[in-house]
Amino acid sequence: MQRKATPMIEIENLGKSFTLHNQGGATIRVMDGASLSVAAGECVALTGQSGAGKSTLMRMVYGNYLADAGSVRVGGVELVGAEPRDVLALRRETLGYVSQFLRVVPRVPTREVVAEPLLALGTPRDTALVRARELLTRLRIPEALWGLSPTTFSGGEQQRVNIARGFAHTYPALLLDEPTASLDAANRETVLSLIDEAKARGAAIIGIFHDEAARTRVADREIDVARFTPGLAA
Amino acid sequence: MTRLLSVRDIAKTYGGRIGCTDVSFDLYPGEVMGIVGESGSGKSTLLNCLAGHLAPDRGEVLYDMRGQGLRDTLTLSEPERRMLSRTDWAFVHQNPRDGLRMSVSAGGNVGERLMAVGARHYGDIRATATDWLGRVEILEERIDDRPSSFSGGMQQRLQIARNLVTGPRLVFMDEPTGGLDVSVQARLLDLMRGLVREMGLSALIVTHDLAVVRLLAHRIMVMKGGHVVEAGLTDQVLDDPQHPYSQLLVSSVLQV
Repeated sequence: MQRKATPMIEIENLGKSFTLHNQGGATIRVMDGASLSVAAGECVALTGQSGAGKSTLMRMVYGNYLADAGSVRVGGVELVGAEPRDVLALRRETLGYVSQFLRVVPRVPTREVVAEPLLALGTPRDTALVRARELLTRLRIPEALWGLSPTTFSGGEQQRVNIARGFAHTYPALLLDEPTASLDAANRETVLSLIDEAKARGAAIIGIFHDEAARTRVADREIDVARFTPGLAA
Repeated sequence: MTRLLSVRDIAKTYGGRIGCTDVSFDLYPGEVMGIVGESGSGKSTLLNCLAGHLAPDRGEVLYDMRGQGLRDTLTLSEPERRMLSRTDWAFVHQNPRDGLRMSVSAGGNVGERLMAVGARHYGDIRATATDWLGRVEILEERIDDRPSSFSGGMQQRLQIARNLVTGPRLVFMDEPTGGLDVSVQARLLDLMRGLVREMGLSALIVTHDLAVVRLLAHRIMVMKGGHVVEAGLTDQVLDDPQHPYSQLLVSSVLQV
């Protein structure tokens, strides 16, 4: 195994500013010199106080925030300056993201929402739906809800649907933003086992976990992002 | 992968006023691009120039014609252009009445486009029309009804069926969910997303609704005063807009 040889996620000297054109053109430097690499099968937790830039860093890795310096490579593909279609191909095949919010087309049934990442990859419908059922069952979403749109579900249920969707495809790299927030003990346990299984199959994971016990259990390393935050570093 | 559409330096002025200018982009097979901006930003002018409804003052609209490679559609002969817009291209108007023949039955509206490309067998045409009405969730029993007896949402779905029946590769949409109430919009969004995925369609969607582009489009172009001020991956432009106008646009959306 050449696991440690080439990191799955490589972040080098990443920097970012926000310019608020409609608020006096204020420019806020939010990140400087962020460097981090995550090997296959490894889980790295981002820590730091609220506002330190954990989610910002994660979004730059996913590509929905633009970096203005440095480099992010996932599975060898450079994201900084990449064409939209290359970022989309990477997200389809390699890089999964479980955000804190579920964004779906209203009216689409839950099982389709969960199966969608697989359908987008060209997985046969039956296979994709079997996988969706399996995940929804594990995450204790009652079968009676599978045919309904998750837009009316409770916060915890939506979060679990989001997790099921994020784990439907076996992405080689995963970003998890508070995956255990607002979950009860049993579901939290299920999510932690899903993360363990993903690591065991070789997924490289970057996670944000406010839940300290969860973080200690699944993370191999912790990185305090304050050291990448201009003005916050000691 | 080869480009399906390559737009080069399109400009259109109305008298001395700029409709749109300096617009260039490439669209690849299976890509959906949203064109957003306020009214008067030039987005509909651009769409109409690209679709051949308006003649731009300059520029090229190169399209990957079947078996011919990239050709400038602005210099095609009239029969060639007509054939293209009946087969490989589709245009969904904001107002279904602009895209449907209101005095012809629903089945006829769908069948007509098939006949325009040479279908002659009545049974086959009707069967295909029935199949398409089903795909856009219009009951088969309504096949002989005129669209004037349909609701706005049904008319819009019928317009989509009429456009997609010939298996186009590129669909132009001008505010496709514009005049519909939100529950109907959701149904149409779901339908369009499924069709894009199953048929591998490419689409250009003009809209002022950022929620619609977020759910449908892979990429977006933000227009203001006839210029493209920002372009990129949809969630990047919406989550981290760079241009002052894009920032204003995104921050002006009311949170539900």
